[in-house]
Amino acid sequence: MKRSMLFIPGNTPNLLINGNCLGADMVIFDLEDAVSPDEKDSARVLVRNTIKYLNFKSLGTIVRINSVDTDYWKKDLDEIMPYTPDMIMLPKTGCPADVLKADAYMTELEKKLGLAKNTVKLMLLMETAMGVENAYASASASDRVGAIFLGAEDLTADLRCKRTKEGREIEYARQRMVVAARAANVDVYDTPFTDVNDDEGIRIDAETAKAMGFTGKASISPRHVDAINEVFSPSEKDINYAYEVMDAIRLAKEQGRGAIALHGKMIDAPIVARAQQTIAAAVELGLGREA
Amino acid sequence: MTKLVKNIREAIELSGLRDGQTISFHHHLRNGDFVLNMVMEEIADMGFRDLTVNASSLFDCHRPLLTDIENHVVTRLMTDYVSAGIGHAISEGIMDTPVEFRTHGGRAADICSGETPIDVAFIAAPSSDPMGNCTGKFGKSACGSLGYAMPDAMHAKKVVVITDNLCDYPLQGWSIPETCVDYVVVVDAIGDPKGIVSGTTKITRDPVGLVMAKNAAKVIKASGLLKDGFSFQTGAGGASLAAASFLKDMILKEGICGSFGLGGITGYMVDMLNEGCFKNLMDVQCFDLKAVESIKNDPRHIEIAADQYASAKARSSVTDNLDIVILGATEVDTDFNVNVHTDSTGYLMGGSGGHSDTAAGAKLSMIIAPMFRARLPIVCDHVAAVSTPGKDIDVLVTQGGIAVNPSREDLAEAIKAAGLPLIGINELKAKAEALTGKPAPLAHGDKVVAKIIYRDGTEPSPIYSVK
Repeated sequence: MKRSMLFIPGNTPNLLINGNCLGADMVIFDLEDAVSPDEKDSARVLVRNTIKYLNFKSLGTIVRINSVDTDYWKKDLDEIMPYTPDMIMLPKTGCPADVLKADAYMTELEKKLGLAKNTVKLMLLMETAMGVENAYASASASDRVGAIFLGAEDLTADLRCKRTKEGREIEYARQRMVVAARAANVDVYDTPFTDVNDDEGIRIDAETAKAMGFTGKASISPRHVDAINEVFSPSEKDINYAYEVMDAIRLAKEQGRGAIALHGKMIDAPIVARAQQTIAAAVELGLGREA
Repeated sequence: MTKLVKNIREAIELSGLRDGQTISFHHHLRNGDFVLNMVMEEIADMGFRDLTVNASSLFDCHRPLLTDIENHVVTRLMTDYVSAGIGHAISEGIMDTPVEFRTHGGRAADICSGETPIDVAFIAAPSSDPMGNCTGKFGKSACGSLGYAMPDAMHAKKVVVITDNLCDYPLQGWSIPETCVDYVVVVDAIGDPKGIVSGTTKITRDPVGLVMAKNAAKVIKASGLLKDGFSFQTGAGGASLAAASFLKDMILKEGICGSFGLGGITGYMVDMLNEGCFKNLMDVQCFDLKAVESIKNDPRHIEIAADQYASAKARSSVTDNLDIVILGATEVDTDFNVNVHTDSTGYLMGGSGGHSDTAAGAKLSMIIAPMFRARLPIVCDHVAAVSTPGKDIDVLVTQGGIAVNPSREDLAEAIKAAGLPLIGINELKAKAEALTGKPAPLAHGDKVVAKIIYRDGTEPSPIYSVK
């Protein structure tokens, strides 16, 4: 279960070598916005060597390459693909054509490298009005897409509105992204909370995202990782309830009953599905046992 | 009667100081101290030779002392800590006799027991009355506690108080009483306030430091010591303060109230006191302005002498009742011995201070250190200097895992049960070396430039000159 993903600038060796101990479920090695044009080459090499030589086995590794409308993205892929990160993050994904362009080049590289197709997945960063509107079409454009991710900073600039801590201005985008991701059967990640000193704010923002259906949330600061992990982990109350649901189902089957109730509420298929998801997550995180 | 004399020279003359004797200084004015240099300038000018200086710590502001050493005005040095400017000169062999490094508790114990008698103590005092009742709690050069000066004042044959804030008799709230003091000298300034205490001490923002700090707090919780009545000491370093910050959140969440916080007190410990984490602070030294304000105004913030803080020879000392201490290290070896005296090139740049005292006394002594600094792993086969022996260190917290001293199987079990990343110290060393490579052994010169005198009087390792 991947709840948190932490951005690490590709030109910061101290953070790169420590990226596997900062608590995040996934790390995003950034070759795009965090790296100035004159450092693109060195950052590529640093990120390549980080993946090649350091042990990130227990984490998901994502590399944010430069967007397909720049001169950098192919060089990024040439350098990184041989070391098979879990995902390539494609920034400023606007439409399915962007996805297909990246997919085609990644397929070509996989063939050259003798890798199976789709060894490296795509995470689509949607951070423009066009990107959000096309979320489902892009997410379902290729079976290489494993997740989509909302980037609210660029999006609000494109929307010509102010980014706020409360996030009213991105409510629609969040909802559309979640619906698109679930329809395309891929994961969906929420935008980072940018005030690194606001411990309360990150928790509230993560709770909002979780309530809307996001899989997890990105962070630009290691300080936020714990809060994200906690919020996106099933709570003790949720886990206990899930076990109660599964016990009630088992008992009903043994007794040959169809309709069953728990604490006065009918248990139907969606409730069972949610209980199964909760238990699976709890088991993966070491918080519970198999039902 | 008055003890006021017209200047430092007159006080030196009246003290009866002779060649070959021992003079002492405290370090509460830290890197802003003017007093040691003012006194030494007079002493050199008066033609004294072959003196021993016993200073609780020496900072870079004291570099003029190096000239006195070169001119044989000073031929023997005893201290608990040196900063790099002085340390480099010692490492390069400026002294013929090895410098004696004690712990803060060890220095106090040896002064009190007469092991290291002091002939004349020069005590910088931010406020004093004409009879020598003095304190550091107020005045333009306020430094807070005068804990390290107290054993000197109690046991030196002659005591000279030097102040820049002469108050009416009797001074209220004195730290050192007139009964100890022979002479009082008024000068324009005893120090530079900017170097005496920092405006604020800050929690680290370094992500790696925060990871270590968070794990340190979790180890403390796992140890079972975090319960009503606990006691705690931490340093003023960014990661140590961050650990205290995480610990504070746990304490407040669980509604625990500790007995006391000890140290070296920072504003952060004052905040913990004010938020109900402790009933008291026991303060041998203030690190920042908030701590100075607190010790002046809050009776729960108690000034203590260095011997009460950490003397192994006293009937009891506060470190004997310490539950948890968080400490730093420049190197740790696979036997958990810690070096805080020398840097990676072998130069002196520190000292035990209260490191060994608190490690020996605390039920849980924890080192927080990064797995490597620059390109050098923190864990090595043998430390260049044994500042604190491994038997007194329980656990090392790094970003690469938590290594527990094999003598603390109980702690290892508790840490494992808490789901924290336990790692063997040899494995941790290998993990760091896989990234950095194995450093070549550090070559040193033949001359012994310093000796570490542990708090029990043993001398665990000499420190050699640099090559």
